[in-house]
Amino acid sequence: MQFGIFSVGDVTEDPTTGTTISEHDRIKAMVAIALKAEEVGLDVFAMGEHHNPPFVPSSPTTTLGFIAARTQKLLLSTSTTLITTNDPVKIAEDYAMLQHLADGRVDLMMGRGNTGPVYPWFGQDIRNGIQLAIEHYALLHRLWREDVVDWQGKLRTPLQSFTSTPRPLDGVPPFVWHGSIRSPEIAEQAAYYGDGFFANHIFWPKEHTQRMVGLYRQRFEHYGHGSADQAIVGLGGQVFMRKNSQDAVREFRPYFDNAPVYGHGPSLEEFTAQTPLTVGSPQQVIDRTLGFRDYAGDYQRQLFLMDHAGLPLKVVLEQLDLLGEEVVPVLRKEFDSLRPAHVPEAPTHASLLAAREANAAEQVEAVAAGADGAHE
Amino acid sequence: MSDRSLVVVSAGLSQPSSTRLLADQLAVATVSALEKLGATADVRVLELRDYARDITNNLVTGFPSEQLKDALSAVAGANGLIAVTPTFRGSFSGLFKSFLDVVDDEALRGTPVLLGATGGTARHSLMLEHAVRPVFVYLGSVVAPTSVFAATDDFAGDVQLVPLRARIDRAAGELAAEVIRCERTAAPDPFALTTSFDQLLAGD
Repeated sequence: MQFGIFSVGDVTEDPTTGTTISEHDRIKAMVAIALKAEEVGLDVFAMGEHHNPPFVPSSPTTTLGFIAARTQKLLLSTSTTLITTNDPVKIAEDYAMLQHLADGRVDLMMGRGNTGPVYPWFGQDIRNGIQLAIEHYALLHRLWREDVVDWQGKLRTPLQSFTSTPRPLDGVPPFVWHGSIRSPEIAEQAAYYGDGFFANHIFWPKEHTQRMVGLYRQRFEHYGHGSADQAIVGLGGQVFMRKNSQDAVREFRPYFDNAPVYGHGPSLEEFTAQTPLTVGSPQQVIDRTLGFRDYAGDYQRQLFLMDHAGLPLKVVLEQLDLLGEEVVPVLRKEFDSLRPAHVPEAPTHASLLAAREANAAEQVEAVAAGADGAHE
Repeated sequence: MSDRSLVVVSAGLSQPSSTRLLADQLAVATVSALEKLGATADVRVLELRDYARDITNNLVTGFPSEQLKDALSAVAGANGLIAVTPTFRGSFSGLFKSFLDVVDDEALRGTPVLLGATGGTARHSLMLEHAVRPVFVYLGSVVAPTSVFAATDDFAGDVQLVPLRARIDRAAGELAAEVIRCERTAAPDPFALTTSFDQLLAGD
């Protein structure tokens, strides 16, 4: 199982000091957080893509390329890549380039974005939201798998004999997750392609996640990619820890109370009861996270939101130490012991390459066997 | 005859509340009108004051608490709804509108609704028509032609003789008739997949 963090990249005032860091410091903090993720033994760093303040990460491949150069093992991903407003040709090229530079340590999570006004900034129309997600991805999928593409759709200019460059590393496209909170069409899309499905999970009651993951698993099986419990599922999580749970609650409360997403509404206690947010000791985080399996099934990727709502970098790095040292090793062991043998790990470049080679070898054998048969 | 569920939403804030008083009168009159039509009704009253924090939290977070979810399910599943608000600043109360703002888009489509309001003077009488009725028309509800506005003066005098009584009975009769006539269908499931992927790909 893969464990990691996902960052929104918000610039938010620290409510305990009234200070707001600069965009420059926030961008550097994101890099420091990613490097720390590798240092403490996490597997994945994923970052959002936003084109409006108070968010800084408008250019994920620039950032991830920079991080790739300074890490060795960390898998770099997105949360999410805007499949609606980005040109699929540019996504195909940018991420293939990143994949080469990072020696395959790249996957992506597709999303539709969370704000309507972004569509016209990139020449698109929000009324086509779902259709853009479907059509753009259908094209992206082909661009990574076919060297020369002729294509015509409804929402983009046609392509004639187009080759996106560079071709994916070793001819293996990056693995793709589809992220969604409550659009069944996106779960269906992930199932159709046999891609991964990532349920945002945080900020919402678990019933949302349960329904969406259930739909995705059922449709994954329907499309013949494997049994429902072999579908590739990722979940978000949100935690704040201190050795002593009371300290965690006391320290996190002002950040919670003023957080952009849920602040000035429910109490910390209500929200932790209603959503996966866990504020407490590392053991509480372990117990709560293991419980996700009860309604999502055996899953492949767990990403935590750790740096938001104005939390200072120093605190985030301390959180990552706790996550890497006390939480993830236990979760890794527990989840691995619970997962049946027929449930796969999340695909990586290495596993996809090995699978393709095994498949090719099988085909050679089948052709050889067929040829032998013809002689008899 | 089968049981019908009648949900009464009262946005009155004081205790006791004249808005709740009107809501109860409308409910009693509707139950007896249904009885005359051979139907019985379960009545559930939702005092929005009890959900004030939950409603605000839902606006902020985008999802209801367990308690509010239960109330919203009752509204969505009702065979008939009686909605009563006080008149604040010439219109419905903010809490009343906030509640409607967290009701699911399609939850009240086709639901027979009876509108009621209270206010200090009869000068607000048309508030129901110009402020509340359009909201329920937007929600696709079947709104009874008669709505009931009660000013403070209307609660004075002989209960059986005041014009308010006749208006309540007429409105209740209209709601009861719609409740009998309307077959409610289940509200659509927002998580249900309604298209095939081929249709999605084709952009249909």
